[in-house]
Amino acid sequence: MDSLVPVLICSLIVLTFGAFMLSLAHWFGAKVKKPASKAKSLPYECGLEGEEQISSRVSVQFYLTAILFILFDIEIIFLYPWALTFKDFLNQGQGLEALVAMIVFLLIFVYGLFWEIGSKALRWK
Amino acid sequence: MGSDLFEVGINFIKIAFIFLLMVQMVPFLVWAERRGSAFIQNRFGPNRIGPLGLMQNLADLVKFLCKEDFLGHKGRKSFFYSAPVLSLIPAALAFGAIPLSTPIEVEAFKWLGQTWGPYTFYFQSFVISIGVVFVLGVSSLAVYSLLLAGWSSGSKFSLYGALRASAQAISYELALSLSIVGVLLLFNTFSFSEIVAAQNGPLQFYFFGEPVKLAFLPNWGIFYQPLGALLLFVALFAEANRLPFDLPEAEAELVAGYHTEYGGVKIIMFYMGEYGHMLVASALMVTFYFGGYTLWPFLTPDTLKSFFHFLSSTGQSILTALVLHLVFLIKLLFFLWIFIWVRWTLPRFRYDQLMDLGWKTLLPWALVNTVITGIGVFLMRGV
Repeated sequence: MDSLVPVLICSLIVLTFGAFMLSLAHWFGAKVKKPASKAKSLPYECGLEGEEQISSRVSVQFYLTAILFILFDIEIIFLYPWALTFKDFLNQGQGLEALVAMIVFLLIFVYGLFWEIGSKALRWK
Repeated sequence: MGSDLFEVGINFIKIAFIFLLMVQMVPFLVWAERRGSAFIQNRFGPNRIGPLGLMQNLADLVKFLCKEDFLGHKGRKSFFYSAPVLSLIPAALAFGAIPLSTPIEVEAFKWLGQTWGPYTFYFQSFVISIGVVFVLGVSSLAVYSLLLAGWSSGSKFSLYGALRASAQAISYELALSLSIVGVLLLFNTFSFSEIVAAQNGPLQFYFFGEPVKLAFLPNWGIFYQPLGALLLFVALFAEANRLPFDLPEAEAELVAGYHTEYGGVKIIMFYMGEYGHMLVASALMVTFYFGGYTLWPFLTPDTLKSFFHFLSSTGQSILTALVLHLVFLIKLLFFLWIFIWVRWTLPRFRYDQLMDLGWKTLLPWALVNTVITGIGVFLMRGV
Protein backbone atom coordinates (compact mmCIF):
# COMPACT_ATOMS: atom_id res chain seq x y z
CA MET A 1 0.00 0.00 0.00
CA ASP A 2 1.25 3.45 -0.76
CA SER A 3 1.82 5.80 2.07
CA LEU A 4 -0.45 8.81 1.67
CA VAL A 5 1.23 10.84 4.40
CA PRO A 6 3.02 12.98 1.77
CA VAL A 7 -0.39 13.94 0.37
CA LEU A 8 -1.40 15.22 3.79
CA ILE A 9 1.86 17.07 4.17
CA CYS A 10 1.48 18.64 0.73
CA SER A 11 -2.05 19.82 1.58
CA LEU A 12 -0.81 21.33 4.83
CA ILE A 13 1.99 23.11 3.01
CA VAL A 14 -0.48 24.54 0.49
CA LEU A 15 -2.84 25.68 3.25
CA THR A 16 0.02 27.31 5.13
CA PHE A 17 1.15 29.06 1.98
CA GLY A 18 -2.36 30.32 1.34
CA ALA A 19 -2.76 31.56 4.88
CA PHE A 20 0.62 33.27 4.58
CA MET A 21 -0.45 35.09 1.42
CA LEU A 22 -3.72 36.18 3.04
CA SER A 23 -1.93 37.50 6.07
CA LEU A 24 0.47 39.39 3.81
CA ALA A 25 -2.53 41.12 2.29
CA HIS A 26 -3.88 41.86 5.72
CA TRP A 27 -0.65 43.47 6.88
CA PHE A 28 0.29 45.34 3.75
CA GLY A 29 -3.14 46.20 2.48
CA ALA A 30 -4.73 49.57 2.76
CA LYS A 31 -6.79 49.84 5.89
CA VAL A 32 -10.57 50.02 5.78
CA LYS A 33 -11.97 53.16 7.35
CA LYS A 34 -15.13 52.31 9.18
CA PRO A 35 -17.82 53.06 8.27
CA ALA A 36 -17.21 52.79 4.59
CA SER A 37 -19.72 54.57 2.46
CA LYS A 38 -22.90 52.67 1.86
CA ALA A 39 -22.41 52.56 -1.86
CA LYS A 40 -19.08 50.86 -1.49
CA SER A 41 -20.36 47.97 0.51
CA LEU A 42 -23.18 47.13 -1.88
CA PRO A 43 -22.60 44.25 -4.27
CA TYR A 44 -21.48 45.23 -7.72
CA GLU A 45 -24.41 46.07 -9.96
CA CYS A 46 -22.87 47.97 -12.89
CA GLY A 47 -23.12 51.20 -10.99
CA LEU A 48 -26.84 51.22 -10.32
CA GLU A 49 -28.73 50.57 -7.13
CA GLY A 50 -29.15 46.84 -6.82
CA GLU A 51 -32.07 44.83 -5.60
CA GLU A 52 -32.08 44.29 -1.92
CA GLN A 53 -32.39 40.55 -1.63
CA ILE A 54 -30.33 38.10 -3.58
CA SER A 55 -32.92 36.59 -5.87
CA SER A 56 -32.91 32.88 -5.47
CA ARG A 57 -34.24 32.22 -8.95
CA VAL A 58 -31.72 29.86 -10.46
CA SER A 59 -32.42 28.04 -13.68
CA VAL A 60 -33.35 24.39 -13.21
CA GLN A 61 -30.96 23.51 -16.01
CA PHE A 62 -28.05 23.48 -13.56
CA TYR A 63 -29.72 20.87 -11.45
CA LEU A 64 -30.38 18.68 -14.50
CA THR A 65 -26.78 18.98 -15.61
CA ALA A 66 -25.52 17.97 -12.18
CA ILE A 67 -27.80 14.93 -11.98
CA LEU A 68 -26.85 13.76 -15.46
CA PHE A 69 -23.19 14.25 -14.61
CA ILE A 70 -23.52 11.95 -11.60
CA LEU A 71 -25.22 9.23 -13.61
CA PHE A 72 -22.75 9.25 -16.46
CA ASP A 73 -19.78 9.54 -14.15
CA ILE A 74 -20.78 6.35 -12.37
CA GLU A 75 -21.13 4.60 -15.71
CA ILE A 76 -17.64 5.75 -16.64
CA ILE A 77 -16.27 4.43 -13.36
CA PHE A 78 -17.43 0.98 -14.43
CA LEU A 79 -15.20 1.24 -17.49
CA TYR A 80 -12.00 1.63 -15.48
CA PRO A 81 -11.60 -1.94 -14.14
CA TRP A 82 -12.54 -3.30 -17.54
CA ALA A 83 -9.84 -1.17 -19.21
CA LEU A 84 -7.20 -2.43 -16.80
CA THR A 85 -8.04 -6.12 -17.03
CA PHE A 86 -8.89 -6.34 -20.71
CA LYS A 87 -5.43 -7.55 -21.62
CA ASP A 88 -5.62 -10.31 -19.02
CA PHE A 89 -8.86 -11.47 -20.57
CA LEU A 90 -7.21 -11.37 -23.95
CA ASN A 91 -4.30 -13.48 -22.80
CA GLN A 92 -6.63 -16.06 -21.37
CA GLY A 93 -8.53 -16.30 -24.61
CA GLN A 94 -11.70 -14.68 -23.27
CA GLY A 95 -11.17 -11.38 -25.04
CA LEU A 96 -14.26 -11.65 -27.17
CA GLU A 97 -16.58 -12.15 -24.22
CA ALA A 98 -15.08 -9.22 -22.35
CA LEU A 99 -15.32 -6.98 -25.40
CA VAL A 100 -18.90 -7.92 -26.21
CA ALA A 101 -19.99 -7.47 -22.60
CA MET A 102 -18.55 -3.99 -22.49
CA ILE A 103 -19.99 -3.04 -25.88
CA VAL A 104 -23.44 -4.05 -24.65
CA PHE A 105 -22.91 -1.88 -21.56
CA LEU A 106 -21.82 1.03 -23.69
CA LEU A 107 -24.80 0.60 -25.97
CA ILE A 108 -27.11 1.03 -23.00
CA PHE A 109 -25.06 4.08 -22.01
CA VAL A 110 -25.28 5.52 -25.54
CA TYR A 111 -28.99 4.87 -25.71
CA GLY A 112 -29.44 6.77 -22.45
CA LEU A 113 -27.29 9.63 -23.71
CA PHE A 114 -29.10 10.02 -27.00
CA TRP A 115 -32.47 9.71 -25.34
CA GLU A 116 -31.76 12.56 -22.98
CA ILE A 117 -30.26 14.67 -25.75
CA GLY A 118 -33.39 14.09 -27.78
CA SER A 119 -35.69 14.85 -24.88
CA LYS A 120 -34.14 18.32 -24.66
CA ALA A 121 -32.94 17.78 -21.15
CA LEU A 122 -29.72 19.53 -22.13
CA ARG A 123 -31.33 22.39 -24.02
CA TRP A 124 -29.89 25.65 -22.71
CA LYS A 125 -31.97 28.62 -23.66
CA MET B 1 8.12 9.07 3.80
CA GLY B 2 11.34 7.33 4.61
CA SER B 3 13.07 5.26 7.16
CA ASP B 4 15.48 7.65 8.78
CA LEU B 5 15.87 11.33 9.40
CA PHE B 6 17.85 12.17 6.29
CA GLU B 7 15.32 10.60 3.96
CA VAL B 8 12.35 12.15 5.73
CA GLY B 9 13.99 15.55 5.66
CA ILE B 10 14.87 15.37 1.98
CA ASN B 11 11.37 14.16 1.09
CA PHE B 12 9.78 16.98 3.05
CA ILE B 13 11.96 19.55 1.33
CA LYS B 14 11.12 17.91 -1.98
CA ILE B 15 7.37 18.22 -1.42
CA ALA B 16 7.69 21.90 -0.54
CA PHE B 17 10.07 22.43 -3.46
CA ILE B 18 7.76 20.91 -6.05
CA PHE B 19 4.85 22.98 -4.78
CA LEU B 20 6.95 26.12 -4.91
CA LEU B 21 8.06 25.11 -8.40
CA MET B 22 4.44 25.18 -9.43
CA VAL B 23 3.94 28.55 -7.77
CA GLN B 24 7.06 29.98 -9.39
CA MET B 25 5.97 28.92 -12.84
CA VAL B 26 3.02 31.30 -12.48
CA PRO B 27 4.90 34.60 -12.84
CA PHE B 28 6.82 33.11 -15.72
CA LEU B 29 3.59 31.99 -17.39
CA VAL B 30 1.94 35.36 -16.86
CA TRP B 31 4.93 37.05 -18.44
CA ALA B 32 4.89 34.58 -21.33
CA GLU B 33 1.20 35.17 -21.78
CA ARG B 34 1.48 38.92 -21.83
CA ARG B 35 4.44 39.00 -24.18
CA GLY B 36 3.08 36.14 -26.28
CA SER B 37 -0.34 37.68 -26.64
CA ALA B 38 1.29 40.97 -27.56
CA PHE B 39 3.34 39.21 -30.19
CA ILE B 40 0.22 37.56 -31.60
CA GLN B 41 -1.66 40.83 -31.58
CA ASN B 42 1.23 42.72 -33.16
CA ARG B 43 2.01 45.03 -30.29
CA PHE B 44 4.58 45.23 -27.49
CA GLY B 45 3.89 43.58 -24.21
CA PRO B 46 5.38 44.84 -20.98
CA ASN B 47 8.88 45.92 -21.83
CA ARG B 48 9.67 48.73 -19.43
CA ILE B 49 10.24 47.08 -16.12
CA GLY B 50 13.34 44.96 -16.04
CA PRO B 51 14.91 43.38 -19.10
CA LEU B 52 12.21 42.21 -21.50
CA GLY B 53 9.61 43.18 -18.96
CA LEU B 54 10.49 40.31 -16.64
CA MET B 55 10.17 42.35 -13.47
CA GLN B 56 6.63 43.35 -14.36
CA ASN B 57 5.23 40.52 -12.30
CA LEU B 58 7.18 41.53 -9.24
CA ALA B 59 5.86 45.05 -9.56
CA ASP B 60 2.34 43.75 -10.01
CA LEU B 61 2.69 41.51 -6.99
CA VAL B 62 3.72 44.44 -4.81
CA LYS B 63 0.79 46.44 -6.15
CA PHE B 64 -1.63 43.60 -5.42
CA LEU B 65 -0.30 43.18 -1.92
CA CYS B 66 -1.15 46.77 -1.09
CA LYS B 67 -4.76 46.57 -2.21
CA GLU B 68 -7.52 46.83 0.31
CA ASP B 69 -8.93 43.69 1.81
CA PHE B 70 -12.60 44.24 1.22
CA LEU B 71 -15.88 42.40 1.15
CA GLY B 72 -19.39 43.73 0.60
CA HIS B 73 -21.89 43.47 3.42
CA LYS B 74 -23.69 40.48 1.95
CA GLY B 75 -20.66 38.23 1.69
CA ARG B 76 -19.67 35.53 4.15
CA LYS B 77 -16.19 36.08 5.47
CA SER B 78 -15.15 32.53 6.26
CA PHE B 79 -15.88 31.08 2.85
CA PHE B 80 -14.78 34.20 1.04
CA TYR B 81 -11.30 34.02 2.49
CA SER B 82 -10.88 30.28 2.16
CA ALA B 83 -12.04 29.89 -1.44
CA PRO B 84 -8.81 31.16 -3.08
CA VAL B 85 -6.72 28.92 -0.86
CA LEU B 86 -8.93 25.98 -1.74
CA SER B 87 -8.42 26.65 -5.42
CA LEU B 88 -4.69 26.01 -5.01
CA ILE B 89 -5.06 22.57 -3.45
CA PRO B 90 -6.33 20.52 -6.43
CA ALA B 91 -3.68 21.85 -8.77
CA ALA B 92 -0.88 21.37 -6.23
CA LEU B 93 -1.90 17.83 -5.31
CA ALA B 94 -2.34 16.80 -8.93
CA PHE B 95 1.01 18.26 -9.92
CA GLY B 96 2.69 16.39 -7.11
CA ALA B 97 1.51 13.00 -8.35
CA ILE B 98 3.07 13.31 -11.81
CA PRO B 99 6.68 12.12 -12.19
CA LEU B 100 8.90 14.92 -13.40
CA SER B 101 11.96 12.78 -14.00
CA THR B 102 13.57 9.44 -13.16
CA PRO B 103 14.13 8.52 -9.53
CA ILE B 104 17.45 9.56 -8.06
CA GLU B 105 19.31 6.67 -6.54
CA VAL B 106 21.80 7.60 -3.89
CA GLU B 107 24.33 5.07 -2.75
CA ALA B 108 25.39 4.54 0.81
CA PHE B 109 27.64 7.32 2.01
CA LYS B 110 29.36 8.39 5.19
CA TRP B 111 28.52 11.70 6.76
CA LEU B 112 28.93 12.92 10.31
CA GLY B 113 30.42 9.59 11.23
CA GLN B 114 27.37 7.54 10.28
CA THR B 115 26.52 5.51 7.23
CA TRP B 116 23.38 6.70 5.55
CA GLY B 117 21.99 3.82 3.56
CA PRO B 118 21.15 3.61 -0.13
CA TYR B 119 18.09 5.71 -0.91
CA THR B 120 15.78 6.17 -3.84
CA PHE B 121 14.30 9.63 -4.17
CA TYR B 122 11.44 9.79 -6.60
CA PHE B 123 11.12 13.00 -8.57
CA GLN B 124 7.52 13.55 -7.53
CA SER B 125 5.90 14.76 -4.34
CA PHE B 126 4.24 11.45 -3.63
CA VAL B 127 4.48 8.10 -5.31
CA ILE B 128 1.04 6.69 -5.78
CA SER B 129 0.44 3.53 -7.72
CA ILE B 130 -3.07 4.74 -8.59
CA GLY B 131 -1.74 8.04 -9.90
CA VAL B 132 -4.23 8.48 -12.76
CA VAL B 133 -7.32 8.03 -10.62
CA PHE B 134 -5.82 10.24 -7.91
CA VAL B 135 -5.25 13.09 -10.34
CA LEU B 136 -8.76 12.78 -11.74
CA GLY B 137 -10.31 12.76 -8.29
CA VAL B 138 -8.31 15.69 -7.03
CA SER B 139 -9.02 17.77 -10.14
CA SER B 140 -12.72 17.35 -9.47
CA LEU B 141 -12.26 19.22 -6.20
CA ALA B 142 -11.64 22.39 -8.16
CA VAL B 143 -15.40 22.79 -8.55
CA TYR B 144 -15.75 23.43 -4.81
CA SER B 145 -13.58 26.51 -4.82
CA LEU B 146 -15.53 27.98 -7.75
CA LEU B 147 -18.85 27.50 -6.01
CA LEU B 148 -17.64 28.78 -2.65
CA ALA B 149 -16.11 31.86 -4.25
CA GLY B 150 -19.21 32.74 -6.19
CA TRP B 151 -21.69 32.13 -3.44
CA SER B 152 -19.82 33.78 -0.62
CA SER B 153 -19.21 36.99 -2.53
CA GLY B 154 -22.74 38.09 -1.86
CA SER B 155 -23.35 39.29 -5.38
CA LYS B 156 -25.73 37.95 -8.01
CA PHE B 157 -23.12 38.18 -10.74
CA SER B 158 -20.70 36.09 -8.78
CA LEU B 159 -23.31 33.47 -8.01
CA TYR B 160 -24.40 33.05 -11.60
CA GLY B 161 -20.81 33.04 -12.77
CA ALA B 162 -19.94 30.35 -10.27
CA LEU B 163 -22.91 28.19 -11.26
CA ARG B 164 -22.07 28.41 -14.92
CA ALA B 165 -18.40 27.71 -14.25
CA SER B 166 -19.11 24.66 -12.16
CA ALA B 167 -21.66 23.31 -14.67
CA GLN B 168 -19.03 23.69 -17.38
CA ALA B 169 -16.37 22.01 -15.25
CA ILE B 170 -18.42 18.94 -14.45
CA SER B 171 -19.66 18.53 -18.01
CA TYR B 172 -16.13 18.34 -19.36
CA GLU B 173 -14.97 16.04 -16.60
CA LEU B 174 -16.97 13.28 -18.28
CA ALA B 175 -15.11 13.64 -21.56
CA LEU B 176 -11.85 13.82 -19.61
CA SER B 177 -12.46 10.60 -17.72
CA LEU B 178 -13.58 8.80 -20.83
CA SER B 179 -10.54 9.82 -22.88
CA ILE B 180 -8.32 8.43 -20.17
CA VAL B 181 -10.00 5.02 -20.54
CA GLY B 182 -8.34 4.76 -23.95
CA VAL B 183 -4.94 5.38 -22.37
CA LEU B 184 -5.66 2.74 -19.73
CA LEU B 185 -6.54 0.18 -22.37
CA LEU B 186 -3.15 0.73 -23.94
CA PHE B 187 -0.88 0.88 -20.96
CA ASN B 188 -2.81 -1.31 -18.55
CA THR B 189 -1.74 0.54 -15.44
CA PHE B 190 -2.77 3.45 -13.26
CA SER B 191 0.75 4.39 -12.28
CA PHE B 192 2.35 7.31 -14.11
CA SER B 193 5.87 5.94 -13.83
CA GLU B 194 4.86 2.74 -15.59
CA ILE B 195 3.07 4.69 -18.31
CA VAL B 196 6.23 6.68 -18.98
CA ALA B 197 8.38 3.54 -18.85
CA ALA B 198 6.11 1.88 -21.42
CA GLN B 199 6.74 4.75 -23.83
CA ASN B 200 10.47 4.33 -23.53
CA GLY B 201 11.29 2.19 -26.51
CA PRO B 202 10.73 1.73 -30.21
CA LEU B 203 7.24 1.78 -31.59
CA GLN B 204 6.11 -1.81 -31.48
CA PHE B 205 2.64 -3.23 -31.66
CA TYR B 206 0.89 -6.35 -32.71
CA PHE B 207 -0.69 -6.61 -36.11
CA PHE B 208 -3.21 -9.43 -35.99
CA GLY B 209 -0.96 -11.37 -33.67
CA GLU B 210 2.38 -10.62 -35.35
CA PRO B 211 4.66 -8.15 -33.60
CA VAL B 212 5.66 -5.18 -35.71
CA LYS B 213 8.47 -2.85 -34.83
CA LEU B 214 9.10 0.60 -36.28
CA ALA B 215 12.47 1.47 -34.89
CA PHE B 216 12.58 5.07 -36.04
CA LEU B 217 9.69 6.23 -33.87
CA PRO B 218 9.38 6.13 -30.09
CA ASN B 219 6.54 4.26 -28.48
CA TRP B 220 4.52 7.36 -27.70
CA GLY B 221 0.84 7.28 -26.88
CA ILE B 222 -0.04 9.84 -29.55
CA PHE B 223 0.61 7.28 -32.29
CA TYR B 224 -1.92 4.92 -30.79
CA GLN B 225 -4.55 7.40 -29.66
CA PRO B 226 -4.65 10.51 -31.83
CA LEU B 227 -8.39 11.01 -31.33
CA GLY B 228 -8.12 10.40 -27.62
CA ALA B 229 -5.31 12.93 -27.34
CA LEU B 230 -7.36 15.58 -29.12
CA LEU B 231 -10.39 14.92 -26.92
CA LEU B 232 -8.30 15.02 -23.76
CA PHE B 233 -6.68 18.26 -24.84
CA VAL B 234 -10.03 19.97 -25.48
CA ALA B 235 -11.47 18.67 -22.22
CA LEU B 236 -8.41 19.92 -20.31
CA PHE B 237 -8.91 23.37 -21.80
CA ALA B 238 -12.37 23.43 -20.34
CA GLU B 239 -11.24 22.13 -16.98
CA ALA B 240 -8.70 24.93 -16.68
CA ASN B 241 -11.32 27.54 -17.65
CA ARG B 242 -9.11 28.77 -20.46
CA LEU B 243 -10.34 30.34 -23.61
CA PRO B 244 -12.15 29.34 -25.70
CA PHE B 245 -14.02 28.07 -22.64
CA ASP B 246 -13.45 31.29 -20.82
CA LEU B 247 -16.99 32.13 -19.76
CA PRO B 248 -16.41 31.93 -16.02
CA GLU B 249 -14.10 34.89 -16.41
CA ALA B 250 -15.81 36.58 -19.31
CA GLU B 251 -15.58 40.29 -19.14
CA ALA B 252 -18.42 41.22 -21.40
CA GLU B 253 -20.97 38.81 -20.08
CA LEU B 254 -20.70 38.60 -16.36
CA VAL B 255 -18.30 41.33 -15.36
CA ALA B 256 -15.71 38.94 -14.07
CA GLY B 257 -17.77 35.93 -13.19
CA TYR B 258 -17.09 34.26 -9.92
CA HIS B 259 -14.21 36.47 -8.96
CA THR B 260 -15.98 39.80 -9.33
CA GLU B 261 -15.71 40.75 -5.69
CA TYR B 262 -12.13 39.62 -5.22
CA GLY B 263 -9.14 41.88 -5.26
CA GLY B 264 -5.55 41.96 -4.20
CA VAL B 265 -3.80 38.82 -3.14
CA LYS B 266 -6.90 36.66 -3.35
CA ILE B 267 -7.25 37.12 -7.06
CA ILE B 268 -3.57 36.36 -7.43
CA MET B 269 -4.26 33.04 -5.75
CA PHE B 270 -7.11 32.33 -8.14
CA TYR B 271 -4.77 32.96 -11.04
CA MET B 272 -2.25 30.66 -9.42
CA GLY B 273 -4.89 27.98 -9.30
CA GLU B 274 -5.80 28.52 -12.94
CA TYR B 275 -2.22 28.44 -14.14
CA GLY B 276 -1.62 25.48 -11.87
CA HIS B 277 -4.42 23.64 -13.66
CA MET B 278 -2.80 24.60 -16.94
CA LEU B 279 0.46 23.12 -15.71
CA VAL B 280 -1.22 19.91 -14.63
CA ALA B 281 -3.04 19.71 -17.96
CA SER B 282 0.19 20.09 -19.93
CA ALA B 283 1.94 17.59 -17.68
CA LEU B 284 -0.85 15.07 -18.25
CA MET B 285 -0.67 15.50 -22.00
CA VAL B 286 3.09 15.04 -21.97
CA THR B 287 2.94 11.99 -19.70
CA PHE B 288 0.13 10.16 -21.47
CA TYR B 289 0.86 10.86 -25.09
CA PHE B 290 4.30 12.27 -25.59
CA GLY B 291 6.62 10.06 -23.64
CA GLY B 292 6.90 11.91 -20.35
CA TYR B 293 10.47 12.65 -19.51
CA THR B 294 12.10 10.28 -22.00
CA LEU B 295 12.95 10.78 -25.63
CA TRP B 296 13.81 7.45 -27.12
CA PRO B 297 16.32 6.73 -28.63
CA PHE B 298 18.49 9.64 -27.65
CA LEU B 299 17.63 10.58 -24.10
CA THR B 300 16.55 7.66 -21.98
CA PRO B 301 17.72 6.73 -18.51
CA ASP B 302 20.00 4.00 -19.88
CA THR B 303 21.73 6.04 -22.57
CA LEU B 304 22.29 8.92 -20.16
CA LYS B 305 23.66 6.68 -17.45
CA SER B 306 26.22 5.29 -19.86
CA PHE B 307 26.98 8.79 -21.07
CA PHE B 308 27.87 9.89 -17.57
CA HIS B 309 29.87 6.73 -16.85
CA PHE B 310 32.85 8.65 -15.54
CA LEU B 311 31.02 9.78 -12.40
CA SER B 312 30.09 7.86 -9.31
CA SER B 313 26.77 6.08 -9.31
CA THR B 314 25.11 8.81 -7.30
CA GLY B 315 26.42 11.51 -9.61
CA GLN B 316 25.25 9.59 -12.67
CA SER B 317 21.80 9.27 -11.20
CA ILE B 318 21.52 12.93 -10.29
CA LEU B 319 22.73 14.20 -13.66
CA THR B 320 20.47 11.78 -15.53
CA ALA B 321 17.49 12.99 -13.54
CA LEU B 322 18.36 16.62 -14.24
CA VAL B 323 18.77 16.14 -17.98
CA LEU B 324 15.53 14.19 -18.24
CA HIS B 325 13.78 16.84 -16.18
CA LEU B 326 14.93 19.36 -18.75
CA VAL B 327 13.40 17.22 -21.47
CA PHE B 328 10.14 17.15 -19.54
CA LEU B 329 10.24 20.91 -19.04
CA ILE B 330 10.77 21.57 -22.73
CA LYS B 331 7.79 19.41 -23.66
CA LEU B 332 5.76 21.07 -20.90
CA LEU B 333 6.65 24.54 -22.16
CA PHE B 334 5.59 23.52 -25.65
CA PHE B 335 2.13 22.62 -24.42
CA LEU B 336 1.89 25.70 -22.25
CA TRP B 337 2.69 27.79 -25.30
CA ILE B 338 -0.11 26.01 -27.17
CA PHE B 339 -2.49 26.94 -24.33
CA ILE B 340 -1.47 30.57 -24.64
CA TRP B 341 -1.57 30.47 -28.42
CA VAL B 342 -5.08 29.06 -28.55
CA ARG B 343 -6.31 31.55 -26.02
CA TRP B 344 -5.38 34.50 -28.14
CA THR B 345 -6.48 32.98 -31.42
CA LEU B 346 -9.95 31.59 -30.95
CA PRO B 347 -13.06 33.56 -29.96
CA ARG B 348 -15.01 32.59 -26.92
CA PHE B 349 -17.89 30.14 -27.09
CA ARG B 350 -21.42 31.05 -26.17
CA TYR B 351 -22.60 29.19 -23.12
CA ASP B 352 -25.05 26.87 -24.83
CA GLN B 353 -22.50 26.14 -27.55
CA LEU B 354 -20.07 25.27 -24.80
CA MET B 355 -22.39 22.84 -23.07
CA ASP B 356 -23.45 21.32 -26.38
CA LEU B 357 -19.83 20.72 -27.22
CA GLY B 358 -19.27 18.96 -23.93
CA TRP B 359 -22.31 16.71 -23.94
CA LYS B 360 -23.23 16.20 -27.57
CA THR B 361 -19.82 16.21 -29.27
CA LEU B 362 -17.03 15.27 -26.89
CA LEU B 363 -18.87 12.61 -24.93
CA PRO B 364 -20.08 10.59 -27.98
CA TRP B 365 -16.67 10.88 -29.66
CA ALA B 366 -14.97 9.75 -26.46
CA LEU B 367 -17.25 6.72 -26.42
CA VAL B 368 -16.38 6.03 -30.04
CA ASN B 369 -12.70 6.29 -29.14
CA THR B 370 -13.13 3.78 -26.32
CA VAL B 371 -14.96 1.29 -28.51
CA ILE B 372 -12.47 1.61 -31.35
CA THR B 373 -9.54 1.17 -28.97
CA GLY B 374 -11.14 -1.86 -27.40
CA ILE B 375 -11.89 -3.44 -30.76
CA GLY B 376 -8.42 -2.53 -31.97
CA VAL B 377 -6.72 -4.13 -28.98
CA PHE B 378 -8.85 -7.22 -29.42
CA LEU B 379 -8.27 -7.59 -33.14
CA MET B 380 -4.57 -6.99 -32.95
CA ARG B 381 -4.36 -9.53 -30.12
CA GLY B 382 -2.37 -7.32 -27.85
CA VAL B 383 -0.99 -3.83 -28.20
